[in-house]
Amino acid sequence: MVFRQRGRPDVRAVDGVGFSVAPGETVGLVGESGCGKSVTSLAVMGLLPRRGVRVEGSVAFDGTELLTLPPDKLRTLRGRELAVVFQDPMTSLNPVVPIGRQVTEVLVRHRGLNEGEARREAGDLLRRVGIPDPSRRLREYPHQLSGGMRQRALIATALACRPRLLIADEPTTALDVTIQAQILELLKTLVAESGTALILITHDLGVVAGMCDTVHVMYAGRIVERAPRHDLFGAPRHPYTGGLLASVPRLDQPRGTRLAPIAGSPRDTIAWARGCAFAPRCPNRVDECTCATPELLGGRHGLRCFNPLRSGPVQEVAPR
Amino acid sequence: MLRFVVRRLTLLVPILLGLSILLFLWVRALPGGPAEALLGERATPEAVERVKRLYGLDRPWYEQYLTWVGNVFQGDLGVSSRTQHPVVEELLRTFPATVELALTAMIFAVGVGVPLGYLAARRHGTWADHLSVAGSLFGITIPVFFLGYMLKFVFAEKLGILPTDGRQDPLIDAEHPTGFYVLDGLVTGNPEAAWDAVTHLILPAIALGTIPLAIVVRITRASVLDVLHEDYVRTAEAKGLRPGTIRGRHVLRNALLPVVTVVGLQVGLLLGGAVLTETVFAFPGFGKFVADSIAARDYAVLQGFILFTAVIFVLVNLLVDVTYGVVDPRVRAG
Amino acid sequence: MSLAQVETVAPEETGGSLGRDAWRRLRRNPVAIVGAILVIMFVALALLAPWLAPYPPDKPVGQVTPTSIPGPSAEHWFGLDDLGRDEFSRVLWGARWSLVIGVVSLLLGLIGGMVLGLLAGAFGGWVDGLVMRLVDIMLSVPGLLFAIGIAAMLGSGLDAVMIAIAVVNVPIFARLLRGQMLAQRQSDYVLAAKAVGVRRRRIVLGHVLPNSLTPVIVQGTLTLAVAIVDAAGLAFLGLSSNDPSIPEWGRMLADTQRYLSSAPLLAVFPGLAIIIAALGFTLLGESLREALDPKYRR
Repeated sequence: MVFRQRGRPDVRAVDGVGFSVAPGETVGLVGESGCGKSVTSLAVMGLLPRRGVRVEGSVAFDGTELLTLPPDKLRTLRGRELAVVFQDPMTSLNPVVPIGRQVTEVLVRHRGLNEGEARREAGDLLRRVGIPDPSRRLREYPHQLSGGMRQRALIATALACRPRLLIADEPTTALDVTIQAQILELLKTLVAESGTALILITHDLGVVAGMCDTVHVMYAGRIVERAPRHDLFGAPRHPYTGGLLASVPRLDQPRGTRLAPIAGSPRDTIAWARGCAFAPRCPNRVDECTCATPELLGGRHGLRCFNPLRSGPVQEVAPR
Repeated sequence: MLRFVVRRLTLLVPILLGLSILLFLWVRALPGGPAEALLGERATPEAVERVKRLYGLDRPWYEQYLTWVGNVFQGDLGVSSRTQHPVVEELLRTFPATVELALTAMIFAVGVGVPLGYLAARRHGTWADHLSVAGSLFGITIPVFFLGYMLKFVFAEKLGILPTDGRQDPLIDAEHPTGFYVLDGLVTGNPEAAWDAVTHLILPAIALGTIPLAIVVRITRASVLDVLHEDYVRTAEAKGLRPGTIRGRHVLRNALLPVVTVVGLQVGLLLGGAVLTETVFAFPGFGKFVADSIAARDYAVLQGFILFTAVIFVLVNLLVDVTYGVVDPRVRAG
Repeated sequence: MSLAQVETVAPEETGGSLGRDAWRRLRRNPVAIVGAILVIMFVALALLAPWLAPYPPDKPVGQVTPTSIPGPSAEHWFGLDDLGRDEFSRVLWGARWSLVIGVVSLLLGLIGGMVLGLLAGAFGGWVDGLVMRLVDIMLSVPGLLFAIGIAAMLGSGLDAVMIAIAVVNVPIFARLLRGQMLAQRQSDYVLAAKAVGVRRRRIVLGHVLPNSLTPVIVQGTLTLAVAIVDAAGLAFLGLSSNDPSIPEWGRMLADTQRYLSSAPLLAVFPGLAIIIAALGFTLLGESLREALDPKYRR
């Protein structure tokens, strides 16, 4: 994926990110902010601006290539087969349109329901996502709902047509901690019920631990490690993954143990073309790291590293 | 909603009170004072004395002020020294023409400006966008009367496709029950007169509406640009809605809110600009009447017009706020 | 918060880099360049008019009758006007008058607005309430009408026009400055400066005022454009100087109305001159606004 801006060299923001999701499976995409998680999700949905951004490669949905699909065809898939829940429920709902209309418009568009049917269905949907008194809420405007309620309404909208793929882009980041757990639980239940494949994008390893079957760790626009959840938490191989895990508070450590942050900031990076982007911050750095580009190798447990961690600390992160 | 309107109306009271005091003082500050303002510059000293006694101008100023305010409330704005008719009568006689012209200008400004602004925003950064931005900056700076001259010269005098001045061809036999000539033509079953009135409106309305047009283009463009970057538009795209639905329900419904406010603010500009436009096109509305009164130093007319315009301006903006409340649920609540 | 951190958010720092940043953006913006060129051209012609004008602006230099007004020629670039005066020289001298009217009315309006705005912003309370009501009242009268009223009150003349336009600008600057003062007073860096014990007068003079001035500069540039156009409008309505020898664009336009069909260029030259001058200040002001407004940094 290449970003172009006039007068500046093209920026290759995301590169070599490959993964697949099976029905009913939940895949996690983890990384610090700015590593390219959200851009990846927008690319899958075809929501990146046409001007200034070039997406190369392939996004195959059930055998259909989405990248070359004409816009109007893609539009009939979006909202029906592919749905997304964005990060900020405060800004993701239209402030001047009643909640009900924002839910029913998907039903009218993709399932051809008339207004009355759509309203009944929308009421059911709101009830299913745990919004009390749905018939009243349908008439209300976004500013009358709390953040948690709004995110529930957005989830209801996303699931209205029983999509086969749902992308949840940091769905709980903007919410209170107590609400976060409820929303995650809700997503988990709904995905299990409908057999929807879920791509969960987050920077929070706690969220991943509780939800995902497979986890992809991204750094500076590339996947650096991918593994089934248990393997990743049990035996992280990439120093970055190890660093992320070490910086999360754990229940099995004695109180007062200091958390170990990853040294440096995401800005301390070098171009992937010249070496490993994580090298400047890496405790395991060897000479090779700054003169050759590591490849993503390995099958079930893939890794992009010259000098991986030998035996990671066996640990369990408290699921959220 | 009613409480909202009442609250806004009470906010008007101090403004109108203050304005009335300023206008009262203004007449007293005129060269020669109010008596001369009433009689005109060539009044004899005896006449001035007589008028002073007649209108109680020899009494204390607060008494005079209260009398004046009382008169204003009874619809008495004084007498025009030029025509010797009550100002209110002149105002009612000429105002329909100005309203007709201002409305047409506004329709032109909004009808052309909103689509242009929307297109410029959708094509952000392209030459069409740059052209509309440059064009709107240009439009803001053209003096109304110069634009009027040029339109008149090209379309009326050189090409001869539109009339040069007035509201109606005197050769057309038309009745005017309402004073709005287009409407008059329609209600009296005289389509020829209605069409003639429309052709007389086109050039003045374009001259008067060009600055509002430029402003509407700018504000629509900026507003649509803002809204296009909003998360809820991305949500709407992610829902796979039809482009028309996204444009109407999600982009324009939000983007037009600031436009409504700006359109309200243009009403003042239109009424001020009408003085110049109506002069250029000899359009017999209140603006022309005021311009003639200025030349004759007829201050009662000017005073009445300023008061009347300020009231209209303030009321229109109240109406805009109320409209805003209807369109935007967030304002309704707060 | 340590002193070092306060330093990094102090306006001198941000102001400096903002200024440099704005300057860089301004130089890259073609709109700003065009605006600056027009403004420089206008100011230069206005200042140099007595030396550049080939003929006196107030004396007939050729024979004219109402039916035959000579158009542009090698001797008279813009032709002669209805009284046989050289139109080109008159347009040049008109620039001088426009500049004088614009600058004087801007300065007067700015001073008035500053006094009111600073009073309201610095004292708050009932002073603020009173000043803002006055501003509301003044803004409830549409600008041009307001100017017409004031000019009519003062009797005709150039000084009447300047004062009228200045008075119309007073509430605009007052509201702008008061809003800025309030916003700045509550901003983080002022709180930070207070927290580390910077004295009140230093805060207002050293931090609040300089930061409030940015929008005033923008508004001032745009106001010059409006002042030039409005002055022409007042002159058009006969509210400017009665002295026919003063070449003023608005009046030149009004006086040539009668000859629109026979000598339309007599209206075109002063009209274009008004547009060029006003456009220059508008383009410059708008690009200044864009350059200085952090919102536009995308």
